[in-house]
Amino acid sequence: MPDLSSNCAGIRSPNPFWLASAPPANSGAQIQRAFDHGWGGAVWKTLGTPIQNVSSRFGAVDVGGTRAVGFNNIELITDRPLEVNFREIYETKKKYPAHAVVVSLMVETREEWKDFIKRAIDSGADGLELNFGCPHGMCERGMGSAVGQEPKVNEEITSWAVEYSTVPVLVKLTPNVGDIVPHGLAAQRGGAHGVALINTIKSIIGVDIDKMVLEPRVGGLSTNGGYCGAAVKPIALHMVAQLARSAEFDIPISGIGGVANWRDAVEFILLGSSSVQVCTEVMLKGYRIVEDMIEGLEEYMRSHDFATIDQMVGKAVPSYSEWGDLDMNYETVAKIDASSCIGCQLCMVACHDGAHQCIHQDEGGSRVPVVDESECVGCNLCQIVCPVPDCITMAEVDNGFAPATWNQHMAGQGKLRPKKGAH
Amino acid sequence: MSKIANERAENVFTDFKAPYTPAQALVEANRCLFCADAPCIQACPTGIDIPQFIRKIATGNVKGSARTIFDSNILGMSCARVCPVEVLCVGKCVYNEMGVPPIQIGKLQRHSTDVAFDEGWRFFEAGADSGRSVGLIGAGPASLAAAHELRRHGHACTIYDKRSVTGGLNTTGVAPYKMKADRSADEVQWVLEIGGIDVQTGVEVGADLSWDELVSRHDALLLGVGLGPDTELPVDGAQLSGIYGAVDFIERFKLGAVDLSDVRRAVVVGGGNTAVDAVRELVGLGVAEVTMLYRGVEAKMSGYAHEWAAGKLEGVRAHWQAQPVAFEGQAAVEGVRCLRLDDQKQPIEGSEHVVPADLVLLAIGQSKLEQLLTGLSGVTFERGRVVVDEHQATAQAGVWAAGDCANGGKEVVNAVAEGKRAALAIHAHLGGS
Repeated sequence: MPDLSSNCAGIRSPNPFWLASAPPANSGAQIQRAFDHGWGGAVWKTLGTPIQNVSSRFGAVDVGGTRAVGFNNIELITDRPLEVNFREIYETKKKYPAHAVVVSLMVETREEWKDFIKRAIDSGADGLELNFGCPHGMCERGMGSAVGQEPKVNEEITSWAVEYSTVPVLVKLTPNVGDIVPHGLAAQRGGAHGVALINTIKSIIGVDIDKMVLEPRVGGLSTNGGYCGAAVKPIALHMVAQLARSAEFDIPISGIGGVANWRDAVEFILLGSSSVQVCTEVMLKGYRIVEDMIEGLEEYMRSHDFATIDQMVGKAVPSYSEWGDLDMNYETVAKIDASSCIGCQLCMVACHDGAHQCIHQDEGGSRVPVVDESECVGCNLCQIVCPVPDCITMAEVDNGFAPATWNQHMAGQGKLRPKKGAH
Repeated sequence: MSKIANERAENVFTDFKAPYTPAQALVEANRCLFCADAPCIQACPTGIDIPQFIRKIATGNVKGSARTIFDSNILGMSCARVCPVEVLCVGKCVYNEMGVPPIQIGKLQRHSTDVAFDEGWRFFEAGADSGRSVGLIGAGPASLAAAHELRRHGHACTIYDKRSVTGGLNTTGVAPYKMKADRSADEVQWVLEIGGIDVQTGVEVGADLSWDELVSRHDALLLGVGLGPDTELPVDGAQLSGIYGAVDFIERFKLGAVDLSDVRRAVVVGGGNTAVDAVRELVGLGVAEVTMLYRGVEAKMSGYAHEWAAGKLEGVRAHWQAQPVAFEGQAAVEGVRCLRLDDQKQPIEGSEHVVPADLVLLAIGQSKLEQLLTGLSGVTFERGRVVVDEHQATAQAGVWAAGDCANGGKEVVNAVAEGKRAALAIHAHLGGS
């Protein structure tokens, strides 16, 4: 039986699944209900000087009939009285001593940081998460991503927090930067015990084309919000992996961004996350999604011989290489399984219009397209558009060439195979 | 335990609802809305968390999906095939409210449970030995579900059945285009793999084994004996050959060979689900002309409308508002003499006529087993059913009842739900928590 318990920067939880600091972690009653469903931890919705929110607050991108593939919000930090939040943190920790309760904080002055940190720890927080990520509203007031985008400010505030805290400190990073590494390193220099990323991405979710106003609409105006949901996962995976592979960066990561099921969570863990935070999928489907996440992760660990989460963390990081170090002589071609092909010919049109014109109609009259393997560059596009699972596979070709990279080639070493499709 | 014969007349049937390929299951699973407080769950007598098991198919966690199903309903494999989902879970899918085709819950459940059987996944272990023992009479769905649940709590179980085959009506009565007898036998094996369930076939309680002996052997008893033989129609000519009870006839072709080569025209008397099954089965077995003969009108028949609609598509004929008054023929039946009935089901004078038939199946109900159970003191009956409370307890302390003998004849899924409910009550009675 695999052990799902996790230790992220010294914050322990029965499993690596935490609620992210967001509406699902807004109150003690919610978080306790989430723990009853199986969530291992929660990052309390950010505490600071309570704010007032607007109406409406959320928008979503639907794709091909699937609702809310991407999501954004212009909601701010907690709007509930601080004493109520702190009392509920205390009650929650008392009822759930083995679960992780991390308190997210966002204030301005050194004195405020000191005061809030003390109150959070006095309430029983297992860890703190410094919200340097919120890309809307709070950044206009000099907080959130305004801090996260300035490594010096990040480092300085982090160092205050670490000085005042007796529990682990995570710094939540904003993705609204060109390169995440300097920001992760700033947190590390400030003494952070770990980082959490990504926060939401600055976005405009859509425009009401009849009213000609951005969404989500607040009367006749709107503003940019924070983008999240399944659509942002690739951006989040990249940033997590960038830090995980950085030679200088060596503190734990709590991964966030588009996690909707156990598979997504496994990806974050393999790229270096020791806990995984979820918000949007919970907002869309409820706390009960965690049952499948736990079961799916457990089964994955069993089938891949992992006894602990620690053994999994970062397992895919070494595969993240520079382009110049990829083997140029590795060759694949598309194979279409005629017996499962349904004849939609989406692969053919994609190849003709969007790739290298090597999938053709069968001259014998069959609807099953034919791959010209001498021209196929192995780009994957046909496999991506195919609606039938496993109908198109990318088969490795033994072309007789020894592995050779672009960098080797530029250094006058290694022999590259002839180009395909370049005429 | 006896094996199901390989050569069975039912083998000519194929699935009315074909199983999903993995790709089909994935497409359908991704359509599920994952409703909260879902109406489909409320419509399932065993309360399977349907949205959760479907989500697990969608994420690739088929094993977890099967676990969710079996945790609520250990006979989830057969229920996926035999449940009238059109009037249960699928009928309550919220997509119906939208005019969108409802989620095919039965087919998705079949997908997960079939994969579980194929892969040989095991989910449950027997509880620590409680030192207590329960006797279960009848080896059908009610007893199997109860015994499995009792084993999870560590109670020893012995199932007694007078027949040589186990599985009850799941083995001997399910329409073969839904499930065949060997698949039911597979399921019985699967249930028994939890261990600690002793199955004694060929033992008729009351004849081979006295009720007093049974009571002395066990700390609690569960009655899961089902219903008795087909009700007969006591009219002139009832002794002619070619006239069978429908349940009896169905068992014959499910477990062995039947020769219908001389049968051109068959009549099934009745309008319930057994009648609807029987007419469709006779068509499938190759009878050229099959007629359902029912006293009422089409709209009032108790058989499921969706099953009857399928029967009509398959070519079944109907003879509505007719009352058999005699069977015609010399040695073998040649026809059914009938009277027309009016809307009040009163005979219409001068309406006598003969419907030709060289095979007649009677699907007008099954007798209750009150007589069998008379040797067991304290158990009370009402309209032939064993009277039970909300925990399936009979009036006799230490005796519970579940399935058709207590509910008068419902679905497999009802028997499973009642068997499990009884098991939990028995567990509490035996000091469990």
